[in-house]
Amino acid sequence: MTFRAGERVRVAARTHEGHHRTPGYVKGKSGRVERVHGRFRNPETRAYGADGLPERVLYQVCFAQQELWPEARRGAGDTTLVDIFEHWLEAE
Amino acid sequence: MHDRGVWPTDMPIDRSEHELADWELLTDALVSALSSEGFMNVDELRRGIESMPPDEYERASYYERWLFSAETILVEKGVLAPGELDARLT
Amino acid sequence: MSEHDHDHSHDPITADGEPPAAARARALEELLVEKAVVQREDVRRNIDRLVSRSPADGARLVARAWVDTEFKERLLADARAAAQELDLDSGPSPVVVAVENTETVHHMVVCTLCSCYPRALLGPPPDGYKSLTYRSRAVSDPHGVLAEFGLELDEDVELRVLDSTADVRYIVLPRKPEGTEELSEQELAALVTRDSMIGVAQPVAPATA
Repeated sequence: MTFRAGERVRVAARTHEGHHRTPGYVKGKSGRVERVHGRFRNPETRAYGADGLPERVLYQVCFAQQELWPEARRGAGDTTLVDIFEHWLEAE
Repeated sequence: MHDRGVWPTDMPIDRSEHELADWELLTDALVSALSSEGFMNVDELRRGIESMPPDEYERASYYERWLFSAETILVEKGVLAPGELDARLT
Repeated sequence: MSEHDHDHSHDPITADGEPPAAARARALEELLVEKAVVQREDVRRNIDRLVSRSPADGARLVARAWVDTEFKERLLADARAAAQELDLDSGPSPVVVAVENTETVHHMVVCTLCSCYPRALLGPPPDGYKSLTYRSRAVSDPHGVLAEFGLELDEDVELRVLDSTADVRYIVLPRKPEGTEELSEQELAALVTRDSMIGVAQPVAPATA
């Protein structure tokens, strides 16, 4: 496991032409690992008929709402949690 | 088009509900059966949906997207011939 | 961006009131059965399973957690295992996570990328949940979404939105309503709505005498 709960991470800002489950609104954003969900098959390759192996670690990453939506008028303390695979995360 | 978090909107949410029509239940059931039989996994279903032309994606209902995806993946895998489903309708 | 966003077809309705997709789905079934890709009995069984689902199983989990603190802790640690204790099937998803609303945190669930939903425990997702507008606004304007559902949180409550982007499914454990000390577990389960387990509503208050 590359990251532990509590560690700060940044989501890669890269584009990915094919199927992937990292939403655009978190790309390039910083957050904190909330949970380590465990290992799962990679949907990016499963989506094209491959077996998705080797499994990758999936993290629940917590983002401050203000980090994602700086213009938001309400909810200064709010958060959004997104499940992101290890290969999309970098140490902060 | 599927990545809705990057498509901001102010539109109100339509909270009306409709009971699933028979064809929608059928579509769901077919996709489950295809998955159980190993012809299409959930990631392929999603990828198929994401391959819809953007304007079609926005116009289509939820199960219309599933149907589009199932046909796309099955043709890709040679389970259906291109146009075979269309031919069956005429 | 579409002007309206229903979960209904926008294609022309045919004479018998169905969208073109209906005939397409039936034709697809015929083709797949003919080719022995699927068995008709399996399709029928899947349909039966679909129509029998409801939020009742999720409500049972919540009610049990409300009356039994140790069960609640087990539910929060491993919802799949906790569901199994009650003989409930949490579905094909490998991981189901229950998240607890408290005095200081309120959770709301969305799947911005498609409409992932804990179907085995909650039944089919409501059309609103699947809508393009919910999928967008749940992350960019969650308080506005809650306002549309008639829910306003106190200033000091953290609104925590969960975007189910992978194979983990989330179910919200809402707060037990006030004035329910005398209610049985079954009566409590009746207060737990589907929307309260998504996080866009609170459970219903107990009926006043």
